[in-house]
Amino acid sequence: MRQTKAGRRRSPRSAAAKPASGGRFGKFGGRYVPETLMAALDELTRIYEAAIADRAFRSELNDLLRTYSGRPTPLSDTPRLSDKVGCRVLLKREDLNHTGAHKINNTLGQVLLARRMGKRRIIAETGAGQHGVATATACARFGLECVVYMGEEDMARQGLNVYRMRVLGATVVPVSSGTRTLKDATNEALRDWVTNVTTTHYVIGSVVGPDPFPRIVRDFQSVIGSEARSQMLERVGALPAAVVACVGGGSNAMGIFSGFIPDASVRLVGVEAAGEGMATGRHAASLGAGRPGVLHGSLSYVLQSDDGQVMPAHSVSAGLDYPGVGPEHAHLKDSGRVAYVTATDREALDAFHALARLEGILPALESSHAIAWVMGARWRAKDTVLINLSGRGDKDVAHVAGLTGARV
Amino acid sequence: MVRAEGRAALIPYLTAGYPTLDASRDALRMVAEAGADFIEVGIPFSDPLADGPVIQRSSQVALDAGMTVRKALDMIRDLLLPVPVIVFSYLNPVMAYGVERFTADARAAGVSGLLLTDVPAGEDTAIEQTVRKGGLDLIRLIAPTTVDRRLAEVVKGASGFLYLISRLGVTGARTTIDAGADRMIARVRAATTLPVAVGFGLATAEQARAVARIADGVVVGSALVERLGQGIESARALMVELRAAVVR
Repeated sequence: MRQTKAGRRRSPRSAAAKPASGGRFGKFGGRYVPETLMAALDELTRIYEAAIADRAFRSELNDLLRTYSGRPTPLSDTPRLSDKVGCRVLLKREDLNHTGAHKINNTLGQVLLARRMGKRRIIAETGAGQHGVATATACARFGLECVVYMGEEDMARQGLNVYRMRVLGATVVPVSSGTRTLKDATNEALRDWVTNVTTTHYVIGSVVGPDPFPRIVRDFQSVIGSEARSQMLERVGALPAAVVACVGGGSNAMGIFSGFIPDASVRLVGVEAAGEGMATGRHAASLGAGRPGVLHGSLSYVLQSDDGQVMPAHSVSAGLDYPGVGPEHAHLKDSGRVAYVTATDREALDAFHALARLEGILPALESSHAIAWVMGARWRAKDTVLINLSGRGDKDVAHVAGLTGARV
Repeated sequence: MVRAEGRAALIPYLTAGYPTLDASRDALRMVAEAGADFIEVGIPFSDPLADGPVIQRSSQVALDAGMTVRKALDMIRDLLLPVPVIVFSYLNPVMAYGVERFTADARAAGVSGLLLTDVPAGEDTAIEQTVRKGGLDLIRLIAPTTVDRRLAEVVKGASGFLYLISRLGVTGARTTIDAGADRMIARVRAATTLPVAVGFGLATAEQARAVARIADGVVVGSALVERLGQGIESARALMVELRAAVVR
């Protein structure tokens, strides 16, 4: 039944669950921000809705994705990994995008929106630096001023990406407040936006933040899911049994899931970072162990103390090291459409090495969590599993070497 | 507010638990004695995205010393301050405590109003109704970016007074006040009869004097918190100057 329906061409947008009303996904989402930002969020909503309905905008973005970022990204079969897992495993190769991750899908789209709004100053937050690099890249391409907020601790861990952003012409501002990581970089970017809102667009990097950001980022990332769905039908002739993606804020996962949400036969699995183990409390599993709360402008699951203070997250992968998660994921968890599971630092590192040795692909440590979970789960021989390989692992090589005591 | 006295109300802000629990109690008593008309008590949050560096730091110091929502309400209740108290905070700690329970306990502690900086008007009507039903004034922010159509919506459900953000940006002392402030106040007055207090960025007696000429209330936060970091006498001296300045 699904198979016959599956062959029909659908617009990518219809596949994604739109927020019902007031920018909410069920009870989650919303706009929990200072009054100063409300006008800018209204303006962004208006401009965004007009843009995606505009054929010229879509065609310009698609053209950039094709000729600048290198889309469509391929699906790769993994014969040796598949042998080990016990069923056919395919990878959606977002690592082959320009700048090495899915982040550019969103930054190109948002920079085009900024241009439509006449805003020539762009700000962004970044954790590992991938979103910062993708934003700096899009700004360079369009000649816009770019300021990236980054926690001091992350700057020390990701020196190479800091330098890449500077080479691309961006200003990287160190953030020394709080935990000096992604959470605090996001606070600082929001403070900048409150101050410079009339001249500046905030290119948020994940499906988080106040409405309309979670749906804008999801829609710009939904190209992953719509491509992957047609590629599956073309290559395999059927939809996958499961689609698996890592979840920090959750943009790569929302991107690929959005293509499959209406396909009830497809199991959707989001893998959060269990860090040193769920029992240790040192993890980043907001959906697995958090409670509903408000962080960075929306209601979602948040790692927090009994007294409502946000707790520091932990993961070997800086991109998953975030105590919140996108509000649509919170809704998909509560509705049961997506299963959220975890993988530890150790499991992710093992998967990083496994994919390198078995397939000649270095996965980002973020994506390694998804691979790790698939390697540890039970499958039937006839299953086909699709993993979103959200980024490449070159950025992590020095970090992994350090952890294993190797010299580079 | 205190229009009858021919002056503007002085509304100091202090972070609960800063610099220590005891010193925070003393500071609240001090500002009441030094002529505060209302006191804004900030219940600290780990991620205060509407606040500048001074209040961020005071919040972190207070949290590190163990300040909680419960302790802040107990402190307010035990002090029996002779002036009305407005709680200034963010939604998450209040939500974790329970909005209904918070409203009841705050009321019982003598709190008269609540300002949640990340709950803009109309965004969460269930929370707003709970706060109002519980008998607290719902203090709302108005920003320079609030357009007229939205302004009408904001003033509709507000009570107590309206809090006008004097310029774009986070909290924190600045040296000038926005030239557009009087035009903004005129816009607000055209939309409501509620008193209008002005804050965000006011630091000196000179600024307070200028704002007192056009507004009903003057809120001073970061500058006072910074002085308190140097000692209570330094903070008292600023309060005395400000109190003299709000006379029209």
